[in-house]
Amino acid sequence: MEYIVEMLGITKDFPGIRANDDITVRLRKGEIHALLGENGAGKSTLMSILFGLYRPDSGIIKVRGKEVSIHNPNVANALGIGMVHQHFKLVHNFTVTENIILGMEPTAGPMLQTRDAAKRIKALSEQYGLNVDPDAKIEDISVGMQQRVEIIKMLYRDAEVLIFDEPTAVLTPQEIDDLMQIMRNLLKEGKSILLITHKLKEIKAIADRCTVIRRGKVVDTVDVADVAESRMAEMMVGRTVNFKVDKREQERGEAVLSIRNLNVLSSRKTQALKNFSLDVHRGEILGLAGVDGNGQTELVEALTGLRKVESGSILFKGRDITHDDIHSRVMAGMAHIPEDRQKRGLVLDYSMEDNFILEIYGLPPYSRKGFLNRKAIRDHAEKLIQDFDVRSGQGALSVGRTLSGGNQQKAIVGREIDHDPDLLLAVQPTRGLDVGSIEYIHKRLVEQRNNGKAVLLVSLELDEILDLSDRIAVISHGELTGVKLPKETNESEIGLMMAGIAGAGGME
Amino acid sequence: MNRYKSLFTALAAVVLGLLAGAVFMALSGSNPVAGFYYLFRGGLMNLERIGNTLASATTLIFTGLAVAFSFKTGLFNIGASGQMLMGGLTATAIGLSVQMPRIVLLPLIVLAAASAGALWAAIPGFLKARFNVHEVVATIMMNWIAYWTVYYTIPAYFKGTFLETESRRIPALASFRAEWLTNIFRGSYINMGIFLAAAAVVVIAIILDKTTLGFELKAVGFNRHAAEYAGIHVPKNIVLSMSISGFLAGLAGATYYLGYAVNMQIGVVPSAGIDGIAVALLGANSPWGVAASSVFFGILHSGKGFMNAMTKVPPEIGDTIIAIIIYFAATGVLFTRLWERLTRKRSKEA
Repeated sequence: MEYIVEMLGITKDFPGIRANDDITVRLRKGEIHALLGENGAGKSTLMSILFGLYRPDSGIIKVRGKEVSIHNPNVANALGIGMVHQHFKLVHNFTVTENIILGMEPTAGPMLQTRDAAKRIKALSEQYGLNVDPDAKIEDISVGMQQRVEIIKMLYRDAEVLIFDEPTAVLTPQEIDDLMQIMRNLLKEGKSILLITHKLKEIKAIADRCTVIRRGKVVDTVDVADVAESRMAEMMVGRTVNFKVDKREQERGEAVLSIRNLNVLSSRKTQALKNFSLDVHRGEILGLAGVDGNGQTELVEALTGLRKVESGSILFKGRDITHDDIHSRVMAGMAHIPEDRQKRGLVLDYSMEDNFILEIYGLPPYSRKGFLNRKAIRDHAEKLIQDFDVRSGQGALSVGRTLSGGNQQKAIVGREIDHDPDLLLAVQPTRGLDVGSIEYIHKRLVEQRNNGKAVLLVSLELDEILDLSDRIAVISHGELTGVKLPKETNESEIGLMMAGIAGAGGME
Repeated sequence: MNRYKSLFTALAAVVLGLLAGAVFMALSGSNPVAGFYYLFRGGLMNLERIGNTLASATTLIFTGLAVAFSFKTGLFNIGASGQMLMGGLTATAIGLSVQMPRIVLLPLIVLAAASAGALWAAIPGFLKARFNVHEVVATIMMNWIAYWTVYYTIPAYFKGTFLETESRRIPALASFRAEWLTNIFRGSYINMGIFLAAAAVVVIAIILDKTTLGFELKAVGFNRHAAEYAGIHVPKNIVLSMSISGFLAGLAGATYYLGYAVNMQIGVVPSAGIDGIAVALLGANSPWGVAASSVFFGILHSGKGFMNAMTKVPPEIGDTIIAIIIYFAATGVLFTRLWERLTRKRSKEA
């Protein structure tokens, strides 16, 4: 068997932690090899070593059978190794062509010469079925298209080995299908792919072999076809993972939230929500599915009071709160797990104990007559840290910034659930988290529902919506395309509704 | 840990600033040891000198607190000079035109001057909160408005006996100087402002660390999006933060023009407003740090004249040292890194 890239016995130490411990990964020519592991398992370190960003402490790298020393990314490029990063590295007001030639601009004398480059990009695009317009500006094209620009960038530099770092995190179900087709096209043209992911379904769908990494060590390398998804999850997490969320049947109660004909403008002053109406009841999780940027953000902001409502009304527990301020909505029993935990959810420079009272610092026992009660604040923080298993260096006194993303998220989820809200707005509550944390947060959301509270779950992960929801509402271009019961629908129908094609025979 | 880090940064900046000063003294052909001896002796050698040092520090404490408070809450109040001028003008106007018992008059002057400073800072605060006008630009503009307001008001209404360019002398009744205090410090121009300044340090420290008001203001300063999410009224807090900052600068004006000085001159932007930025920086924006660095700068201010008299070192060296210290304090990141490296090494050895 011919290997194009071999990483043999790679070990890398960081202060206090061994990120890679004797890792061996071999990529065959013409295969898709998945690298599976939780956040912090050591995948990124390993790829950074292959890409020349870190030097390994021991171990060797062979490319096409020959031992090489990759001491910077240019060497990796020269060896035909290219990486599609999770966060694209594109200049937004440049065209596709300008982005692709950036760093190796073809010139005629002192002038930039882009015509030939554009032609070559067009040809590559056709060869691999990428459908990219070389003259489009990055800011005008979709996220899925931007990813293709990153792919062409690699191909333009004659990459033979392509590393994809969590490529589907930003894509819709349909775009994911397209990406998989593109990957197959790449294989057909003789490329080899290393796919970094924690999504088992994708590995099952596209990868040939899979190397599972846990805590810096290789657990095993397996042929994907021979191993069940659940087994791979076990290998990744190190214990049995409960995929199906346990959820008992229960009658839903009265409506806690009634949205009536809501019209809201986006930040760019375009219509983000159009006559949007929806009810959320006690004892249910209502999942709101939709492609990113179809009005979900604006809906949640309007509900919480972060955004002005143009017309229509919001009733919360029977009271019109359309024009109430944020504070009074929180006090009335509305909690919000925000989409962006670092922007909205936490004051990163505050200690965790201060972050835990971010909304309730004005209430006894946390303060009296305007003076903070440090003892009560500390006790509160320690209880939440205990209950929600928030791990940090210095407990309640840890500064928010020092926590890992997963622990920051657990802290926010804990804080919001601890308010015992009648309505919990959970926006992407598990984004970027590992399987263990996801399982935990899902359990807490279901608990909320079981206790007769209402949960509005907004997520871009269709699986999450399908698993958790008692009812599924779909939003497209700011309009409700329908409401479905999970057992009466499937992924492809919801996918179509997300694209704006209203479901047949929908129920309200 | 964090507190030690700021202290280390500040001390490193001071030491490096002094060392650089020594180099300059040597270059100007003087003995640095003698230079420093007279510099510190000039600030501390007797009660009168100490009094003068504290009098300089009084103004710096107020302006330093003003800048530090705005910094802590995510704003950059560069307009302490203007707020100080308006506070001083208000204080001067009352001091020269109102007759009442001193026990009533002085508190009235303090309150009126502080309110004038607060109002002067509230305007840029409002512009920032409502229209997102950057407070640096707005406060600088307000400085010049204050400058010209003083420039026309003083000659028009409070003209001095001999000079067009200054106000009449402040009557003893309205002055912050107290005979008993002046006597203790052997005729120094120390005044009761120092007690107000000390109180301000304590009050600001309490507000920032122990109250819900401080919790809100700092949350807005660190992350206004998260503050907004949490239901904190961001625009209100911006105006409030600027007002408190201006309140402090207004107090600087009252105690400077009615205590440190004996009248108000026109055509001068008080340098204490800008020095407040340096004080806040060196003090790591902590009220206690501000107090300590104000006293240190006070020593340099009152000692540099004596140094010049006793040696050949030009008094500008004193200002140069201050400038270099500020420079090192501003590049404090370097020292922070050094500190982290030192502490990491130690924990490794342990």
